[in-house]
Formats: sequence, C-alpha cells, structure tokens
Amino acid sequence: MIVTTKKDFEEIEDALKSYNNIMLIYCGTCSVTSQCSDEKSVNEMLENLKNAGKNVVYHQEFKEPCDFRQDLQDWRNVPQEALDKVDAFLILSCGAGLQAMLDLFDRKNIAKPIFIGLNTHGIAETERIGRFHVKCAGCGDCLLNYTGGICPVTSCAKGLMNGPCGGQLDGKCEVGKYEKDCGWILIYERLKKIGRLDLFGQLRPAFNWADRGHQKSVVFR
Amino acid sequence: MGDRPAFSNLMKEIKTGKFVFTGELEPTKMVDISEIIHSAEAMKEYVVAANVTDGPQGMAYINSLIPSYLVQEKVGLETVYQMTVRDRNRIALFGDILAAACVGIKNVLALTGDHSALGDNPGAKSVYDLDSTQFVYLLGKMIDENTDIYGNEIETGKVEMNVGIAANPNASPREAEILKVGRKVAVGADYIQTQTAFDIDDAKDFIKELSRYNCPILLGLFPLKNYGIASYFDKFIPGVSVPEDLLKNLKHVKKNIKDKKERKVKIDEINLEFFVPFIREIKKSTAAAGIHCMAVHYERLFEPLLKEFR
Repeated sequence: MIVTTKKDFEEIEDALKSYNNIMLIYCGTCSVTSQCSDEKSVNEMLENLKNAGKNVVYHQEFKEPCDFRQDLQDWRNVPQEALDKVDAFLILSCGAGLQAMLDLFDRKNIAKPIFIGLNTHGIAETERIGRFHVKCAGCGDCLLNYTGGICPVTSCAKGLMNGPCGGQLDGKCEVGKYEKDCGWILIYERLKKIGRLDLFGQLRPAFNWADRGHQKSVVFR
Repeated sequence: MGDRPAFSNLMKEIKTGKFVFTGELEPTKMVDISEIIHSAEAMKEYVVAANVTDGPQGMAYINSLIPSYLVQEKVGLETVYQMTVRDRNRIALFGDILAAACVGIKNVLALTGDHSALGDNPGAKSVYDLDSTQFVYLLGKMIDENTDIYGNEIETGKVEMNVGIAANPNASPREAEILKVGRKVAVGADYIQTQTAFDIDDAKDFIKELSRYNCPILLGLFPLKNYGIASYFDKFIPGVSVPEDLLKNLKHVKKNIKDKKERKVKIDEINLEFFVPFIREIKKSTAAAGIHCMAVHYERLFEPLLKEFR
C-alpha cells in the first residue's frame, strides 16, 4: 500500500487562505489504512475547516483516487450545485491520487485549484494499523533476487548496492543514533540463513538511476 | 597484490616490503589552510604519505582535493586524497579524479562517507549514486582502461593512481565486513587502511582474516592527545572502546598535573607506553604492511613513536 500521514492543518489552511468554499475528497483505499481518510480523520478535517471559517460545500469518498477509471465513476455522484459553488478542492490521498484527479479535472473542464492534505511516504508493508514500513522505492530495476529479498534502497540509509558501510554497529545504522537496523546486515543475515552468502560477496554494478521515477509512465499496450 | 603498477611512493614502499607509516590531515571549515601545511611539514619526515580527509562526520568542510594538492606542492609530502561518494555522483567523481590526476595526486582512498544527517548540514541530500565498491570499480576503469564507467575514453593523459579502501576492525558481525572488503579487493583496491584499533588481539585477528585477500593492510591507530579526545572516542565512536588503563592514566594527568609542559610530557609517555609495544607487536607478528597513524594535531608524537621503526 501507499502510506500517508496527515499534514499539519496550519499548512493546509495557508494553502486554502484565498478560498472560502471547499470541496473535500478523500481516498477510500490506502489512505484509509493509513488512518488519514477514515471516518474519524474526515470528521476531524471537516471540523478543522469549519473552525478555520471555511464553507465545505460537499465532501465525498473516491474509492481509489489514483485510478482514473474509478474517478470517472465516482465523479458522477458529485452534485452540480456543489461544483457551481466550489472555489477549491482539498483531497486526502497520496500524491498520485491528487494528480489522477487533475486528469479528471481536465476531462471535465474544471479550472479550480486542488490541494493535498496528506504527505506521501512510499510503498509500504502494513505491520498493523499505525505501523507501516516503506519497503519499495519503485526503482524500476528490482535487486531483490540478489539480496535475499531485502531491498537495499529502502533498508539502507544510503541506498548502497554493496554494503554495509562503516557506519553500522552491531547491525544498527549510524543514521538515527543506532536505533534502526542496518539493511546490509539484514541482507547478510538473510543470505547466510538461506545458504547464499555467495551473493553477498558479488559486485552489484552501478545502478541506472536515470530510469527512476522522473517523467515515468509504464505503457505496455 | 594486483597487477596494477605502483604509481605512488606509498605503493612503491609497500611493494618493497618496508613497514610503512601514513599520517592524517583534517582540513575543516577553512579557506586559509596554513594550519594543514604546518601539520604536514611536522609529519613529513616520519610518514610516506598523509591522508587528507573529506568532510568527516558528514561535515561541510573544504573539499579535500585542493589541500591534497597544496600539501604535495608546498610541503613535498605525498597525499592520499580521500573521497566520499556521499557528495558526488559518478560524473563528479570522474571529474574530480581527472582533476586530481591532472595535479599529480597518486593515491585515492575510496570511501562511502558518513551520512550527511550526522553533520552540520543535516538536511542535505546525500548522493550515493555509486557506493564505495562501485567507485573502486570506476577507478579501475579510469586507471586500467583509461575510460569512464561507460567506457568513454579519456582523451589526453593517464590517471596514474593507487586505490585505497577502508575497513573497520571494530565491525560486528565481522564476517560481513570481511566479505565486503573482499568484494572491493576483487574489484580493484590496491591497499587497505583500517579504522582505529585499540585492542591488540582483535587487531591481529582482523589482519589475519583480511590476509586471505593478499591486499596490503595499514592498521589504523589513533594516539590520544588528551583525556577529552580519549573519552569522546570511547563514548561516541561506534565500536571503539579505549582501554580502561589508558583512559584512567589520561584522566589522572588531566586532574593532577597543572603545568602544561609537564602535562604534555606525561601524556606523550602514556601514549608511547601503549602504542610503541602495540606497533612492535603488529610489525612482528602480523602480515600488516604498516600503520596509518591518525595523530591529527598531535604531530609531536611522530618522532618518539616511530623512531625505532624507521
């Protein structure tokens, strides 16, 4: 899932300062699991907006804002009278969710601003609600086959391909005062456990960072 | 040892089988580097080369290339240009190595570098485009094949350098450290300079384990100029414990000897008592090629410390 956290309301208020009539949209998938767009969080946001003197003209869950196809369907429920009144949109979703909405707005000729209420952290494992671990950086060239299934990009503070560096102590990382695990010691231990330390000693060549993230679309048909 | 020629005096001396010593210079937030020049002059007689650090502890300091160059030019002491991959991508690493070769630098120590989060510009974006092993690979391409990492040729001149790497005798689990060093040696390291060691048995074991790679090892030692430094090392440098007696003796000097001159004499005595037998033992009973002596701002110790080994 994509893990998100709530932005400070002060930042949201600052973004919305020129706009009075707000439409609140919230994700029904990952951000709910992150407890950022669940019922309690939505009510809290509605309360904050009200206290800040904003008029919430309408609010609605979009099942999966990052899915343009789903957005087309969910948009059908948005009443025209709310659209007539709205000055700005606020969305509780990941960054991809907001940007898929922009495509929808273009399709629907909506020339109104949309602001984000959450910070996006990454592709994460859910250990339990309230405890998420970013496990994948979406590099586009997965190294897991060579590292015992543990990602060095997300588990090493330096994203090294051939660790560990000299900054680990008893398997803990120099970043964050030796509280977090050193990803490369996790990789070493995992490879040892499965009898593949031969992989540990191999050189993993320079990575092609050029293909990571920027202006990237995955199009296969 | 690999097939690469010995380009540097350091590598040449290692290859003759002589037990070598290197020193360390730490340029900081400075434009005027006369302090570094003076330190280099003070150690010149006792070491074959001096490392020039590159933003240790993630600090924003003067780039190490210019001090490395100026020490060679003004003092005539060969330098080991330390480079971290923290602040430079593969283009900048390549460019800086060309620049270093252009001004006659013959040694580079390829390091990962402490994370910028540890330093005084903690929000900086660390680069780590290559890691230190991939940097050693890039250096191999430049030195042995005269190209960049993609095989694009260097147009004029040659990069004639020897490549050093770091190893940590205090690392645990040790096997991961040993395998990592092996990976770097396989890619093209010429010698190893270790982090500081205080435990003789541990140091000997570490050297023994690394010896399987047949890559010369310079064991790192850090003479302790005062109790404050010793205590800082003991508390804050990961994995390093300063022996209790050493700490106790230095503390005693701090507390009981008020005269500065007398205090210096006593501190030197304590260091000599600890490090001379240490070096003697390493030289006598291990395969180490020498000592990397990190007596930063403590150059007066070089003469009494190293005289019997020269």
